Amino acid sequence: MNYFQLFGVPAQFDLDLTDIGSRYLELQRSCHPDNFAAASERDRLLAVQQAANINDAYHSLKHPLLRAEHLLALRGLKISNEQRSFTDPAFLMQQMELREALAEIEDADEPEQVLADTERLIQQQKKQLLQQLSAALDAGEPQQDQLAAELIRKLKFFFKLQQELELIEQQLQD
Amino acid sequence: MALLQIAEPGQSAAPHQHKLAAGIDLGTTNSLVATVRSGEAKTLANAAGKDMVPSVVRYTADSVIVGDAAVSAAVTDAENTIVSVKRLMGKGYQETLAQAGALPYRLTEQNGLVAIETVQGIRNPVEISAEILATLANTASETLGGELTGVVITVPAYFDDAQRQATKDAARLAGLNVLRLLNEPTAAALAYGLDSGQEGVVAVYDLGGGTFDISVLRLKQGVFEVLATGGDSALGGDDFDHAIVSWLQQQTGETKLNGQQQRQYLKIARQLKEQLSDEQVVSIDLPLQQDKHWQGELSRTAFEQLIQPLVKRTIRACKQALRDAGLTTDEVVKVVMVGGSTRVPQVRQQVAEFFNTDPLTSIDPDKVVAIGAAIQANVLAGNKSDNETLLLDVIPLSLGIETMGGLTEKIIPRNTVIPVARAQEFTTFKDGQTAMAIHVVQGERELTENCRSLARFELRDIPPMAAGGAHIRVTFQVDADGLLSVTAQEKSTGAQASVQVKPSYGLTDDQVAAMISGSMQHARQDMQQRLLREQQVEAERVLEAVSAALDADSALLDETELTAIRQALAALAAAKQGTDTAAIKAAIEHTNTITDDFAARRMDQSIRQALRGHKVDEV
Repeated sequence: MNYFQLFGVPAQFDLDLTDIGSRYLELQRSCHPDNFAAASERDRLLAVQQAANINDAYHSLKHPLLRAEHLLALRGLKISNEQRSFTDPAFLMQQMELREALAEIEDADEPEQVLADTERLIQQQKKQLLQQLSAALDAGEPQQDQLAAELIRKLKFFFKLQQELELIEQQLQD
Repeated sequence: MALLQIAEPGQSAAPHQHKLAAGIDLGTTNSLVATVRSGEAKTLANAAGKDMVPSVVRYTADSVIVGDAAVSAAVTDAENTIVSVKRLMGKGYQETLAQAGALPYRLTEQNGLVAIETVQGIRNPVEISAEILATLANTASETLGGELTGVVITVPAYFDDAQRQATKDAARLAGLNVLRLLNEPTAAALAYGLDSGQEGVVAVYDLGGGTFDISVLRLKQGVFEVLATGGDSALGGDDFDHAIVSWLQQQTGETKLNGQQQRQYLKIARQLKEQLSDEQVVSIDLPLQQDKHWQGELSRTAFEQLIQPLVKRTIRACKQALRDAGLTTDEVVKVVMVGGSTRVPQVRQQVAEFFNTDPLTSIDPDKVVAIGAAIQANVLAGNKSDNETLLLDVIPLSLGIETMGGLTEKIIPRNTVIPVARAQEFTTFKDGQTAMAIHVVQGERELTENCRSLARFELRDIPPMAAGGAHIRVTFQVDADGLLSVTAQEKSTGAQASVQVKPSYGLTDDQVAAMISGSMQHARQDMQQRLLREQQVEAERVLEAVSAALDADSALLDETELTAIRQALAALAAAKQGTDTAAIKAAIEHTNTITDDFAARRMDQSIRQALRGHKVDEV
């Protein structure tokens, strides 16, 4: 299923998320099973499936990595379930350093400060990679698509770091 | 009233007739039914003039008593008088023994599920709940003067799949058509009309007799979006009562209580709790054994100390729910209070303190859920065509499967918007393997044994291939009621693998059907009547739906298709007049097949229309 088509938007990485949000609500307003509560069983089932598709599409479109993966999948490059090991030593080294920084936050003299510094670093890197990803995807060339796939793999590490950072932030607050 | 209604085949005789629909709050302690009449939602009173029916069912040798009459017998006939049956819905026998402590019933095991031995024989929670539902539905149809076309039943947002399924089974057993299972907090927000005008984040704090729910909703342009739900399915006002009972036991020195004494203590505890909402100190006169009495008093401050740990637990759950929603307390614009236990001043005060705003309490907290359910039932029955409300719900607990080493792999994380469908691929690990077992669980824990077992599925009829050759795509679908269904397909051959469902804590379809035919009220003939009636109702739905579709969109069809559909409708209308259940069923299926393409085209069209206001990019 082409999620971009379902939402009636061009198949590109840069999307207006507010617009996607309002399209989502209008689609659900017309397809949600609640509109079919008194309908025949077949129509109700159809509505459940359609509403599930719309939910799935929205979920993928609003998240940058899922959106990029979907875009690549539409172009015939499937990377969502791949098992692949990383071979960029510089990148892996940087990840290890960031991970160490996270592990040391708790014992730091000023954990809040270290946390904020680490977060800024992660955000910076993430932003940079996302910009590169956007450029690669919008080029629409097979070679650039391979580069995009590589960028997505890297970004996954950063999104994971971000999650762990939020977890540490919560623990600090408690 | 017209004696004879004549309508063209396939045309509904009265398309805009007001449909009788009701909302039912099937509560742990009390249950209520409400409906919308002349545009106003109100709870309905039974023949005795009461709208709050205690969720108590008593079995005597030759009758079943529900509500107040059962309560008065509760102390004298504890073993046959079931209170708070909602706590037992969808529960296993072993886990009930482990959790429940001292229930005054003779518990027994029925296919792994908990059931109760009564003077009328073994009764399970589904059957007991069905008695309560039937009593409420009866009140509604007597007051409204007609059969209900459908009901909305509320469940705690925290209910897992097994508990929701058990609730739906109970409705089916009571002969009710469920339009929707609605989360209680969502119903409460609807009752306050927060869908119109209000924008922003709303928290619903629902402290009932037996469950605590916190829901965080976002309201925007008539859309109810559940951002997060949390709570505790075993925490409520009953626990306040038990805290007082423990305190009383300490005072009187009566450490071991029999069933009757327990009820005596509970009754006094409840009175104390209610009185302490208005008074600072209440004096107690508790009859003990051998005609002795214990006299003393309980102050509000002392009571608040007793329940403080419980109230704290609710606040912690509020914190967690906000966190899940990625929000802080400043972003919450309204807090709705639900459940009788929110009358306790201590609760209101702590909630106000935590959210930093005065909670909404103007609608009776005992009735607010039923009223909201009635409003939604009215909408779903089709009585309100200009309805703009959209309820988007989330799944309360993650769905996952057991993988190697007893670990859980999440397939649908909690707070995912429903309906949702997620596919997962499995492969065979032996040459020629034709079957595979999958264990589905619900919960947040890493280890499968710490999650709640939902069902075990057996995939059969997998085409025999070399190990790893067969790829089976299993689709987990959760509908708008939060109920799971599973389908499976082998990818390379497209062969449909059949799925055999063994619910871990639920009844199979066959068991529910057997319960319906087995119950005394439904002798064999009644059963056949009922199956016929069910098919006739479904036939009517199909006729109405297809006719309405033809009226609106016959332009989507060519002459041949149109003729085929008209013929199918005429045949269905004719079959519906007869009494051959199988023939009606076949005519429905034929009509469905003939109109499959038409339905899909209409769905596509409605999607395009939904996006009309937007620039549609033709890709």
